[in-house]
Amino acid sequence: MKHKKAKKYGMVIDLDKCTGCGSCMVACMAENNVPFRKDESNKLLSITWMRVYKLTNGKPFPNTDICYLPRPCMHCEGQHEGHSPCVTVCPAIATDYNIETGIVSQIYTRCFGCRYCMASCPYHARYFNWWDPVWPDGMEKYLSPNVSPRMRGVVEKCSFCFHKYQLAKEKAFMKGRRELKEDEYQTACTQACPADAITFGDLNNPNHAVYRMAKPDPKHHGRPTNPHAFRLLERLGTNPKVYYLSSREWVRRAGDNYLENESIAKKPAHHE
Amino acid sequence: MKIDRRSFLSFLIGGGAGTALSPLPWKLMDDSSIWTQMWPWTPVPEDGEASYVNSACTLCPGGCGITVRKIDDRAVKIEGMKGHPVNNGGLCILGLSGLQLLYGPTRVKTPLKRVGKRGQGSWEKISWKDAISEVAKILSDLRSTGQSHTVGCISDSDRGTVPRLFERFLTVYGSPNLMRTSSIIDSYELTLHLMQGVQASPGFDFENADFILSFGSGIIDGWGSPVRMFRANSAWRNTGGKIIQIEPRLSNTAAKSDKWIPANPGTEAALALGIAHVIIKESLYDAEFVDNYSAGFEDWKRFVLDKYGPDSVATITGIDNTTIIALARSFARASKPLAICGRGQGTTPGSLDECTTVHALNALVGNINKQGGIFAVAEPDYINWPEVEMDATAAIGMQKDRLDGAGSKKYPFSRYLLNRLPQAINSGEKYPLKALFVGDANPLYTMSDSKAVKKAFDKVPFVVSFSSYMNETAQNADLILPNHAYLERYEDIPTPPGMPKPVISLTRPVVEPQLNTKHTGDIIILLAKAMGGNIADAFAWNSYDACLKETLGNKWQVMIKKGFWSYPDFFVQTHEESFDTISGKFEFVSKETGSLKQFKPVNIEGDKTNYPLLLMPYDSIRLANGVIGNPPFVMKSVDDTVLKGNNVFIEINPKTAGEQGLREGQLAMLSTPVGKAKVKVHLFDGIMPGLVALPRGLGHTAFDDYLAGKGINFNELIGPVEDPVSGLDTAWGIRVKLAKV
Repeated sequence: MKHKKAKKYGMVIDLDKCTGCGSCMVACMAENNVPFRKDESNKLLSITWMRVYKLTNGKPFPNTDICYLPRPCMHCEGQHEGHSPCVTVCPAIATDYNIETGIVSQIYTRCFGCRYCMASCPYHARYFNWWDPVWPDGMEKYLSPNVSPRMRGVVEKCSFCFHKYQLAKEKAFMKGRRELKEDEYQTACTQACPADAITFGDLNNPNHAVYRMAKPDPKHHGRPTNPHAFRLLERLGTNPKVYYLSSREWVRRAGDNYLENESIAKKPAHHE
Repeated sequence: MKIDRRSFLSFLIGGGAGTALSPLPWKLMDDSSIWTQMWPWTPVPEDGEASYVNSACTLCPGGCGITVRKIDDRAVKIEGMKGHPVNNGGLCILGLSGLQLLYGPTRVKTPLKRVGKRGQGSWEKISWKDAISEVAKILSDLRSTGQSHTVGCISDSDRGTVPRLFERFLTVYGSPNLMRTSSIIDSYELTLHLMQGVQASPGFDFENADFILSFGSGIIDGWGSPVRMFRANSAWRNTGGKIIQIEPRLSNTAAKSDKWIPANPGTEAALALGIAHVIIKESLYDAEFVDNYSAGFEDWKRFVLDKYGPDSVATITGIDNTTIIALARSFARASKPLAICGRGQGTTPGSLDECTTVHALNALVGNINKQGGIFAVAEPDYINWPEVEMDATAAIGMQKDRLDGAGSKKYPFSRYLLNRLPQAINSGEKYPLKALFVGDANPLYTMSDSKAVKKAFDKVPFVVSFSSYMNETAQNADLILPNHAYLERYEDIPTPPGMPKPVISLTRPVVEPQLNTKHTGDIIILLAKAMGGNIADAFAWNSYDACLKETLGNKWQVMIKKGFWSYPDFFVQTHEESFDTISGKFEFVSKETGSLKQFKPVNIEGDKTNYPLLLMPYDSIRLANGVIGNPPFVMKSVDDTVLKGNNVFIEINPKTAGEQGLREGQLAMLSTPVGKAKVKVHLFDGIMPGLVALPRGLGHTAFDDYLAGKGINFNELIGPVEDPVSGLDTAWGIRVKLAKV
């Protein structure tokens, strides 16, 4: 078999376009059978694979500014392929890095709820099921068979809608193709975004929109070369596969921790 | 054997180490993890054949196309429909949660008749046959005693076959009291009537506009057809289109705009006049349009030039004069400028002055009925039913004045004034309302001054709700005749608000009716048949579906296939033929209403001494505030700076909060002349000092435990303020007092 370059699925979120409407959050919940409770106002307990954060620039009226920032799982590649913060600590191999797609998986039936991964994730992208999911009588009718509902005691997180990848693959195989087209595998949030702020695709494929938008630099662990692009906590060296675009400097600055007078100019990751 | 300390400890340590080295703990941990994960009550969704059905969303007037994914006979996910003229694939947060409504606990499962007191929640099941004959009996009794005009109907829309069936029924029955939930569309329709002489809805060609001057309209907060607006906003990012947002609070729209201009609340009309002043003075207006196709320009020009110089406008609005001048110039010089109004989601009609002035700005730059401008869009004319034959009773009833005063001497131009209904009922000035039908509407929640609305409802002896969900109005009805949920029925969705081209979408059944419900259209037809005589004759159809199919004619097949009908032959009228005013031109000063009045701020309730601050509502796309309340998924998306537990947060500038001695997260008592409520304080730099903002869409008493009892309904704190010309509600806020608890 001819050697094929592995995929590296990733996302580019244009914060100039994002309106903070929350469609991505709900599309994700609907796609992935995410449970809900009567009070969801404690956000530490509220399971949201995709969560939209509200950032403010901290300036007084009338110079105040707001920016919304959707946060899925970053599917970190780490400094060496597969060295995601969560994957390296999981004692049960319940979360794993898929070399073929670059997707960090979560296998609920393997997880025994130690929550090391939650502690190690710098993005708060992982959630623990403190309770069994309960759907009001009759509502379990809308549950999708493509994603297993989770039980109490396991951690869950965004999977880049991996089941959609599998379905798309199967479909392509049926048509006698091995390769997926760009639009055949798209996450639920990408499809639902009414502002077209989310773009999803293969960061290794120069023909994909995500590549053109983020312009990742393979020599520096995919660091974006587009001056408007940034990744969250870039300097931790987690090498995330979610890129953000913003024309506002304060927003890009909010993506990492900077000293007061430090310039945002690209600095190499600490280990280099 | 003697056990000393040493051997005891050796035993413990040795035993511990031995156990740890053995597979036992791991085995136990493994077993227990497997065991606890095998609870039988974690559902395993059944697999089956996947299919997709195209339909249309009815949860707001936005009219988006949806594609529903099914597994066998279950609907499992709603997605936006690709290629639909309104949303082309995108969908809002509410639309995405639709299945939680379809399969949710808020559905009314069967027709219900009240037992016990109103609002107490005791119901008994009633058969459809009995329910319909009961309504028919009450209506017949009223009619036979010459009180047909005392029957009213409230609906969210007056377009499409179902509202038109209601209208037809009331006409042939003999009541003029069909009322539509009011919104900015009322003000716009009136503006188009007065300035252009047409009966039409506004259509904004956002897709081709490149400079949007928004007087507080929440372009990305749910104004107009929300998903279409999101898409337009993103398109402007690509094409370099500009948005200027004028409002005192940094809304999402303001934050995403190219320039946010916080004007003093309620002074938007003055700012529009100031902009007009600069445009006229510097001759930046479209002379071709103004000279050839407008009337009354000289009068208006004199009025604007005399009184609204940048300096005086600066004093009123709090915006400095250089900003006003620069704004006017960039607006007039843009290639496709467009000015719009309607605060937030446009749920309050606002002052007519404001709407006409903003519309006049569009006329000044000549973008009436032009690409990138504002169109007068006539209602699609597909509903062509034979005229009803009214008998003498019906004719007499229809001659009666409307209870809400629309079309009266005082408010001759307005078509519906639902905001005046509670007062008309409570004062008893005209005649009592004896029976009220509430179609697709939830007035007990959505109308301002909830207490007065409730009091008025209590005075109506017979209230029938057609709601699919147990909302506030259904809770307080005498009879609930539940409609099929939107994913279980056929219905036509006419042009959504703000669309520049007419389009009809088709809602169609995705799943079989899950409960003992009936299509509202069918109920009206059955009711008419039960009444007999002329009324029955006016409804010759066997069923609603037959009526819809016949009404749509050749469009039906196309709509079944495509999901919608767009008018291929829709063309834009030339300026010569598009104005039907007295002068036949665009009238800057309407000859019907006459004189020009100086800008007067809307009279906001409350005095400054007792109520030192101003309370304004704000709209968020994550808080549904119309007929439908937030489903659980949408509640999940609400920030913890908006709602925490059951407490809602007000937004207040840190400076103002400091003056009031309030800190972040503190509880406070909010009191207005209309009502009071306990709230939490959230400090927000993006709000003008002196203002307090409260979100709309919370404080439900109905629906399910995921929504009910959380936060405050803004409408409990504000009352309507009538516009002197239109009679519509102009209240954009109310004075308020905040005190520590």
